[in-house]
Order: sequence, then C-alpha cells, then structure tokens
Amino acid sequence: MTQPLSGKEVAERIQDQVPGAVLLADGACICVRPGSVAQVAQFLKEAAGLEMDYLNNLTAADYLDYVEVVYHLSSLKHNHSLTMKVQCWGPDEPEVPSVYPVWRGADLQERECYDMFGVRFVGHPNPKRILFWEGFEGHVLRKEFIA
Amino acid sequence: MAIRTQPVTINIGPQHPSTHGVLRLRVTFDGEVIIDLEPIFGYLHRGKEKLAEARTYTQFIPITDRADYLASMSNNWAYCLAVERLAGIELPERAEYIRVLVGEMMRISNHLMAVGFFLNDCGAFFTPLLYMYREREKLLDLFDMLCGQRLNYNYMRFGGVSQDLPAEFLPALKRFVQEMPGYIDEYEQLLVTNEILLARSKGVGILSPELAINASASGPVLRASGVKWDIRRADPYSLYPHLEFDIPTGLQGDTYDRFYVRLQEMRQSVRILQQAITGIEQLPPGVYRAEVPSLVRPPRGEVYSRIESPKGELGYYIVSDGGVSPWRCRIRAPSQINLTVLRDMAVGWKLADLIIIFGSIDIVMGEVDR
Amino acid sequence: MAMMPSLPPSSGSGQGWEELDRNEGLDIEQLRVGSPDALADPDAWIDEEVKRGVLVTSLDALLGWGRRYSVWPVAFGLACCGMEMVATAASRFDIARFGMEVFRASPRQADLMIVAGTLCWKMAPALKRIYDQMPEPKWVVAMGQCAISGGPFEEYVAVVPGVNHIVPVDVYIPGCPPRPESLLHGLRMLHRKIQKEGSGLKRLG
Repeated sequence: MTQPLSGKEVAERIQDQVPGAVLLADGACICVRPGSVAQVAQFLKEAAGLEMDYLNNLTAADYLDYVEVVYHLSSLKHNHSLTMKVQCWGPDEPEVPSVYPVWRGADLQERECYDMFGVRFVGHPNPKRILFWEGFEGHVLRKEFIA
Repeated sequence: MAIRTQPVTINIGPQHPSTHGVLRLRVTFDGEVIIDLEPIFGYLHRGKEKLAEARTYTQFIPITDRADYLASMSNNWAYCLAVERLAGIELPERAEYIRVLVGEMMRISNHLMAVGFFLNDCGAFFTPLLYMYREREKLLDLFDMLCGQRLNYNYMRFGGVSQDLPAEFLPALKRFVQEMPGYIDEYEQLLVTNEILLARSKGVGILSPELAINASASGPVLRASGVKWDIRRADPYSLYPHLEFDIPTGLQGDTYDRFYVRLQEMRQSVRILQQAITGIEQLPPGVYRAEVPSLVRPPRGEVYSRIESPKGELGYYIVSDGGVSPWRCRIRAPSQINLTVLRDMAVGWKLADLIIIFGSIDIVMGEVDR
Repeated sequence: MAMMPSLPPSSGSGQGWEELDRNEGLDIEQLRVGSPDALADPDAWIDEEVKRGVLVTSLDALLGWGRRYSVWPVAFGLACCGMEMVATAASRFDIARFGMEVFRASPRQADLMIVAGTLCWKMAPALKRIYDQMPEPKWVVAMGQCAISGGPFEEYVAVVPGVNHIVPVDVYIPGCPPRPESLLHGLRMLHRKIQKEGSGLKRLG
C-alpha cells in the first residue's frame, strides 16, 4: 500500500533546507508559500528518504477567495505519497513558479491550469492555452464563469 | 552548386485516419526526419470537470463513461472508488467480484483495440484489427447481456453495481475465458516474430525509464520501459491483494515493447478472470450493492484515488463541500499525461515512425480533452 | 543540482506560430458568433419529386441507383460514436454489403460525411473546410446525440449544439452511441433518399 507521509515530519525537514516555505502542515498535506514552490519541489525530489520522483497530479481548485494549486506527489522507490498545496490569494491571474524543471510531467498539466483557472506558471517554456483556442476570454473552471 | 535546404513545418490532423481521434500535430521536418513536434489538442473538450459541478454525484457517473470511451468501466470504477473512499462506503463481496470481472474484461477489450489499431498504423491495413474485433465483439456481447449497452455502460454505482449478473452471463464468460488463450496464441504466432513488425518497431521511439518516471508516464508505457510499477500491486484496491497475476515489463522501452507488454497483459487478465469466476461462483447470488442513498452527500473533504486503468493511472481528485454536487472533480487522464513524452520519443525519427510511436502510446482523445 | 539533461520543451516551443494560432482563434470565434441558428434541413427533394416529368424519370432512377450503392464515406469519427462506426465497418456488421467499406481519408474522393461524435467549436472550422472540399453530390449524416443536438454536453461553452449549425444534415441517427444496426438503418434511409432525389437537384450551402 502506498503510505501517505506525515505532513508535519516533512514540513520539519523542509524547514531545515528552505526556511519559511511551509505555512501549514496537516495530515498528509503541506501548504507551501507560492514563492518557494520550485525550491521545495527540488528538495522533495532529491532528499534522501523522500525522493518524490513521480508527480501524480497537478491541478487547481477555486475556493472563491483564493485559488489553490494542488500537487500530488509520490515516490516509486519508497512507495509513499504526499500532497502539496499552494494557496494563491489576490489578483485574478496569480503567479506561481513552474515545477517543469523538476518534473516534466507538469508540462501539460500546468498549461491546463492556466487555461482553466488563469494561474500563471513562471518559467514554463510554452505557456499557452491548451484546451481552448487562442483568443478565448475567460477561465472556465472559475466559479464566476457560467458555462 | 550547393543545394539549399530548409526545414518544413506541416500540420497533421485534426482529421486524419491515423490519429485515433481528433489530435493535431504540428511537425517540423528536415527532409523526412522530425526535428520538432507540437501536439495541439482541445478539439474534443466537452467540459466534464465543469459539468461535474452542476450534476449530483450519481448523475455524473454516465458522464465519466464518455471520457475514456474504450474503457468505460474503468472510468466508472475510478470515480465510484473515489466517492466511496470519501464517503466511507463499504462494498459487499459479490460487488467487488463483479467489478473485478468487468474491469478485467475491459482491459482485454481495450488492449485488443490498442494492438489492432497499432498494427493498422503499421500498415497492416485492417487485417489484424478485424481479428481483434472478432474477440472484441464477443466481449461486447457479454457487456450487452450484462447492462444493455455496447459502449458507455454506466454500470457501476456507489456501493456496488447497478444490476446483478444474469443467469447466462457466467457460462458465456467461462466459454470466452477458455477460448481466449488460444486466440492470444494465434496473435502471437502471427505478430510477435513478424519480420515487418520487428523491422518497423524494434528500437523505434525509445523511452528511457528515467524520463518515463519524470514525465509521469504510467501504465503499459511505463512498464515497457522496464519500470515494474502497477497500481494493482503497489496501491491495491478492491480484491487485487488476493489475486495472483504477473506484471509484464519490457526491455528497452521501444514501440515493440509497448505492443508486447499489452499482449502479455491480456494473458494476465485472462488469469485474473479465471480466479474471479471461481471466486464468484462460490458466493450466493444476492447482494450486489450496498445500501446507499441515491442522493449521496459525502462529508467535507477531498480525496485523490487512482486505479490501474488499461491506459495507465486513472485518478480522480474530488473535493466535497458536503453538498450534492462535487465542488471540484478533476480527472487525471493517463492518455494526456503519457502524451508529454511524444516529442522526446519521436524527434530523430521519420514521419512513418511518428505514426507508429503515437499509436503505441494508446491515446483516446475523449480522455485527453475531457 | 541534478536536473534532467536540457531538452527542449516536450510540448513544443510554439515559437513563430503565435500569429497563426491567433488567426485560427479568430476564425473559430467568427464561426461561433456567425452560427447561432440551425441551418434548414435539405428537404426540398420531397416537393421536387412530384413536379418532375416523365422523360427524365428513368435517367434519374439510373443515377439514383448508381449513387446509392456506392456511397463512400469520409473518415470523420470524432468521439465514442466513431468507435461504433468502426465496428460497423468491421466484419460482423459489415458495411461493405452496401458498398461503403472504403472510408476515404481525403474528402475530395468522398460522397458522405458521417459526423460521429461531439463537435466542438475548436473543430468546427475544420469540419466546414472538409465539407466544402467534398464534391457534389454530397450528404451528411449526424450520428449520435452529440452530433444531433450537442448531447449531454450541450450547455457547455465549447460544444456546438448540433452539427446542423455548421452544415446541412440529411439523416439524424439518435443514440448514445447508436448501435451498428441503428447506423445501418439510418444509412438505408439515406440510400432511399438518394434514390428519390434524382439528378437535377442543387444542394443548399
């Protein structure tokens, strides 16, 4: 069985390496500051004992006041998993560093997040809309968009 | 006099006989060798994730069917599993057996299509496909007997399945399971050492295991690169901890390996079916569904649950706010994420190889675009 | 830092094609804004039959016979209904009995377009272009609920509510997906229509 890691333990390890990055740790989930996503991702991938080399899922959810980007990570070697979340408050098109250099699997999923929610991933090599056509206005999965 | 050459960019699709649906590829060639490739999709984007927020949990089940329409039962299963984990619903044993039966039948049906269309792309125009269709029609007859539909079954419900197995289902399935290994032998005899197939696909489109893991590839694509990772073993669900089967893996991750892994997975599915049939025959007929209200209201929370669908890791991320509709329902589609590596596999090969490499990933556009 | 060896991006660099993408986006928007209503069904043949005279009847019958028994479809499977279309072409249901097994890849050699599956606005210009490239006489069959009216996805912004917003449709085959027998029944209806249409009819659109 894939073991979910304890959010608090992982948060302590991250604190040593990237101080101030983790805002909350709860259950099997850590909540990370938007600015330090790329560094935390790099640490999670390489740290001994963690080695989260597989990105299962990258998506977002609109909670009216903020948009939350969710990363589901796991390690094939140790067979454990972790959820990482980033809360983006504020302007309509929030910016988050891209994790494309860390996990190539984020490529199409980050483009879809941009298309559906308007979250801009800084450092993504091809930040274009993926499911809608160029010139379409609006981000469909936001709650205010009536489809 | 020196000849001047320049790269040419052409557009393949979205309407094309070999794209397994509406996928568009913008390919740049130097002569006939590919130097750059960009997949463009969204031509079948039907908004399932937005639709989920406007339907109740049970009303969304038939919509999940239409995502990966070649393996509809797997979609149903992944979604029902996610909601059951969120709401804490337990299944009766008979329901689990039925789910395993239809899930593995679905895997065989999907791999038949995948191998058949792969060979169609190789140029064996329709002959192997019609052989595979012969078996697939038998499977579709079984599904028809079970739930009345050939495609897009809408069969599973939260807590079990919607109807019990009819009386003539198990004898017919047993006959099929007895004949199927013979048919797989026939395919192996015709295809596995076939000179043309070997020449066209051995060594073509190699995907290294490091790139496959880094690009979140899953399913036969990952296993053909040598990574022995199957969610039925690594993170088991339903009855899989008690079932015996092997996980076929490939040697180098080329197109031939992906085809061979699918052929062997069909054999393993038959093995699982035999065990499941023996198991379900010992159970009394009766309870095939737990008592669940039709208007399910899972408690507040979220879940990410995944199954090993025939194409890879099919995951559902559902966020519930305690109401009758999901707040967010995300379908983690294996076909879309396996497409991440198409460019890396195809650059350096020729146009005809591109079609085969693409065919070997086994894409369904309904899932890529949702 | 152990990173992947630097490979160019896997979803393509997309460079140099921004203007092309923007123009295509404009085409799609124009088509979306310009097709709010369904086009009329080509039913004029029903009245024509009564008005036609005796002299050309046998010629019409001959042409109708020739056309109906060798209708060549263009491969236009979009979604799940496309799979049932392939199943109809396979050996059990055998569309070759009706002379239709040659699914042409090129629209210039085809008579019939079976729109099987959901049409999205992003795909609509391609559909219109393929329809325009087919030579006369040509027919369109809307197979499945999504092609008829948008199906379960009708209310979504990206889905065309019925193929008849873009091209005139001759036969509608309901089902989700229609069984191969249903598709064959619809195609037989189309054959009867072709027989009755005769020769001298101008197609709309």
